Amino acid sequence: MLSSRALRQVVFAIVTLFGVAVVSFVLLRVVPGDPIAMMIAPGASAEDIARLRAAYGLDKGLVAQFVIWLGHALTGDFGTSISMRQNVVHLIAGRLPATIELTLTALAVGLALGIGAAVASTLGTRRLIGSTVDNANGILLAVPDFVWALAFVLLFGVAWPILPISGRVDPRLAIDFTTSFLLIESLLRLRLDIARDVLAHMIMPAMALALPLAAVILRVLKGALESEALRDYALLARIRGASRLRVTLRETLRNAMIPTLALTGVQFTFMFGGTVIVERIFAYPGIGNLAIDAVINRDLPLVQGLILTFGLIFILINLAVEASFALLNPRLRHG
Amino acid sequence: MVERALPEIPRLGGSVAHRGMPSWLKGLRREPRVVVAGGYLLLLLLAAIFAPLVSPHDPLEQDLMLNTLPPAFSAGADPGYVLGTDSLGRDIASRLIHGARVALTVAIVAALAAGAFGTVLGLLAGYYGGWVDAVVSRLIDIWMAFPPVLLSILLVAMIGTGLTSVILAIVIIDWTRFCRVVRSETLQQTRMDYVDAAVVLGRSRWTILTREVLPNVLPVVLVLLSLEMGIAVIVEAVLSFVGLSVSSDMPTWGGMIAEGRQIIYHGWWVMVFPLSLLVLTVLAFNQLGDGLRRLTDPVMRR
Amino acid sequence: MSPALLSIAGLSARLKRPPHTPLLRSVDLEVAPGEVHGLVGESGAGKSTIGKAILGILPGAIELAGGTIRFCGEDLLAMPAGRRREILGSQIALIPQDPMTSLNPSRRIGDQLTDGLRLKRGLNGKALEDKAVSLLRDVQINDPEAVLRRYPHELSGGMRQRILIAAAFSMDPKLIIADEPTTALDVTVQKEVLRLIRSMQASHGTGVLFVTHDLGVVAQICDRVTVLYGGMIVEQGATADVLAAPSHPYTAALMAASPRHDQTGSGMQPIPASLTAALQGELARHGLERVTHA
Ligand SMILES: Nc1ncnc2c1ncn2[C@@H]1O[C@H](COP(=O)(O)OP(=O)(O)OP(=O)(O)O)[C@@H](O)[C@H]1O
Ligand SMILES: [Mg+2]
Repeated sequence: MLSSRALRQVVFAIVTLFGVAVVSFVLLRVVPGDPIAMMIAPGASAEDIARLRAAYGLDKGLVAQFVIWLGHALTGDFGTSISMRQNVVHLIAGRLPATIELTLTALAVGLALGIGAAVASTLGTRRLIGSTVDNANGILLAVPDFVWALAFVLLFGVAWPILPISGRVDPRLAIDFTTSFLLIESLLRLRLDIARDVLAHMIMPAMALALPLAAVILRVLKGALESEALRDYALLARIRGASRLRVTLRETLRNAMIPTLALTGVQFTFMFGGTVIVERIFAYPGIGNLAIDAVINRDLPLVQGLILTFGLIFILINLAVEASFALLNPRLRHG
Repeated sequence: MVERALPEIPRLGGSVAHRGMPSWLKGLRREPRVVVAGGYLLLLLLAAIFAPLVSPHDPLEQDLMLNTLPPAFSAGADPGYVLGTDSLGRDIASRLIHGARVALTVAIVAALAAGAFGTVLGLLAGYYGGWVDAVVSRLIDIWMAFPPVLLSILLVAMIGTGLTSVILAIVIIDWTRFCRVVRSETLQQTRMDYVDAAVVLGRSRWTILTREVLPNVLPVVLVLLSLEMGIAVIVEAVLSFVGLSVSSDMPTWGGMIAEGRQIIYHGWWVMVFPLSLLVLTVLAFNQLGDGLRRLTDPVMRR
Repeated sequence: MSPALLSIAGLSARLKRPPHTPLLRSVDLEVAPGEVHGLVGESGAGKSTIGKAILGILPGAIELAGGTIRFCGEDLLAMPAGRRREILGSQIALIPQDPMTSLNPSRRIGDQLTDGLRLKRGLNGKALEDKAVSLLRDVQINDPEAVLRRYPHELSGGMRQRILIAAAFSMDPKLIIADEPTTALDVTVQKEVLRLIRSMQASHGTGVLFVTHDLGVVAQICDRVTVLYGGMIVEQGATADVLAAPSHPYTAALMAASPRHDQTGSGMQPIPASLTAALQGELARHGLERVTHA
């Protein structure tokens, strides 16, 4: 059953999405330049232009334009991409699975690395180890995904060429899948050759996205674990003879994960931001790469569609974080 | 009776005096990273300012006969081109130095503007409270609900490319970083009793805000400024990498990296040098900010 | 008895927002020139609220609901703001509770000590510096020239409190509000600071409203005492009389509960529950709820 808390969050999510739609719509309409002039081929007749104007309601006020646009949007029609001459929804839907697979992989890797390093750092007792980890992490925190991506290209693409540096899958592989979730579908169909190739293409961009996340998780979780370890229940467990590792895994990690999780949610939304540049570097065919093309070509319908897509993703992530809070924190479960 | 119940009053002071080195100098010895990072950034700034004087070549001068020359330490190099040339035969070292101009302009202008705007709003919200605080806090909430990527895509799509757009985008997105911190810091300072003491003395609210509270908030702003400059350098590099920053006839680190990415198999150095300089600069801003935080923190808050 | 320096009559205060919880209920209190008047009561009784009302620095959430505060016969609450500003800081000064937060961490001791002299007396230059040095000498601080150039974090808590005392006396005020000036200090330093206040007060002939929750402290330096409970006065009189024969059971309980400064070894006793209940009843009769800390 949906609790009132959850209900409130869903309502809030819908309101936020609507807000994003309004704001982006208004901002994109005040862009200097005539959207119609950009939409059609040079040399179109004056009638053609007038017809298009009427179709988009551009001869009416901003509110009327928004209502027309919203009406279309609610039926799943976000217009046609100007630069690619394709339905915006189809375009985005075709690229989205690539980005979802990439970011989920990166999230898993980042969580594993960050949590693993944080737990490992609680095992050492020496101050020196702690401060070395802190200093190294201070540098890790400063290095953005952009730099990691390029460094990987140099290291594993050029200096020691073991991984492909562009694309999502080798075009020579004959792929006749029903979805664009290549990794998931290849695993389900047990086409391990394809899965292997997709993974090889994904490792570097995923690592570039995962490392900054791991650095943030490490810092916050390490701090939380350290302060939890000083609490009475953890000390009691130690007195009862549990090892450091056991205390961390059984007692403190669960509590320390709560602040970490909130942060992971925020960082995961940032990771979608990172896909914009990382996908570009690896010529990876996701929505981040698409967004740059859209902006460079000033393809306003596509930009608008992408902004809503990103907005929706961010809202879903926030909802997921809220839900996992409830799972981790028993006090919130019956709220 | 009163006199008997109380002890003699001992004299205090004198012994706590530590003379000699001023405390900020001592601090620098404790945080050498501030000196190293600050020194590097100062050098970079000087190189950027005097770029035409210190560059060995014109950064735009092409010489296709001399294209993709390797750096001076490897075979087949031309000693006139220390870091080699790019695919159009332009001198990489000179382009790096000129690229520092764009990077540092964006870093300094964007960070100062975002810092000034966020700090003023944060101070007002934290000090005056009430509806001012309510308005500013809501504004921050709304801003934070808009993830930075979304906002930057929207902004660049709206205002187009160019140096001013890049700076404007950074300011519009990042002023909240300053505002949030300054607001809570001001709130904390305003609760201190020294503010009450100043009120009793009849100082005006404005004087208290600018003379008493602001100096206590400034160290934090300084730290944030340094970190923000690092962020701005990255943002500029990323935008020029994808071709959304300044026009292509002005050398930028991001643009050079993009060119290097194209010919990565023929000339790794074309990408490696600008990338290294970028990383170094970002790390320097970060370490400077971190060092400043450690320097100002224990002293000011004790 | 000499004419009152400070005369508070019927002072009431409450929370600004509903439910308008009363914080002070018709408080009457007088401080004579040169007298140290103790204001005691447990935490939350409203002691600081009285002090802040006099100084005009009540927090925004609290408002006055009636009464007068007369200083040398003039009503502080009714006078024009300009006149009030003249009086505050120069004729009425404050010794705050916490020497850690009462000095601005980013300003030098010298600047902060002389704020009043510069703002209210127009002193500057050499005259100001000489005055600052002699102020620090008065509070028994060695090497005052060096201390003036220090920042607060470079000094101990006891030294900071002495500097705040010097600042309060710098204007030669007629009245000083001392809000628990020793609670933030450790016990030995407390006694030194008490003695310092007492001797400075005696030599300047200053009236002091001394806020504390410690009857032991009252016994040591106060001439008269007012006992406050839940924003209401339960007992008032000469210190010796009140302490020798408390007329109100709350005072007696407070005495039993406070650590004795003159004899060691006697343990503190908690205020008995029966008394608390009786007091609640008394408050209820006055239409006043006890304000409890959340
Ligand atoms: N800023 C504020 N907002 C709302 N209520 C307040 C505020 N400051 C004080 N109060 C309330 O006013 C009442 C009296 O507080 P006051 O500070 O005068 O007590 P006190 O006797 O000085 O106690 P203490 O010994 O703890 O200093 C308390 O119940 C407190 O909760
Ligand atoms: Mg108090």
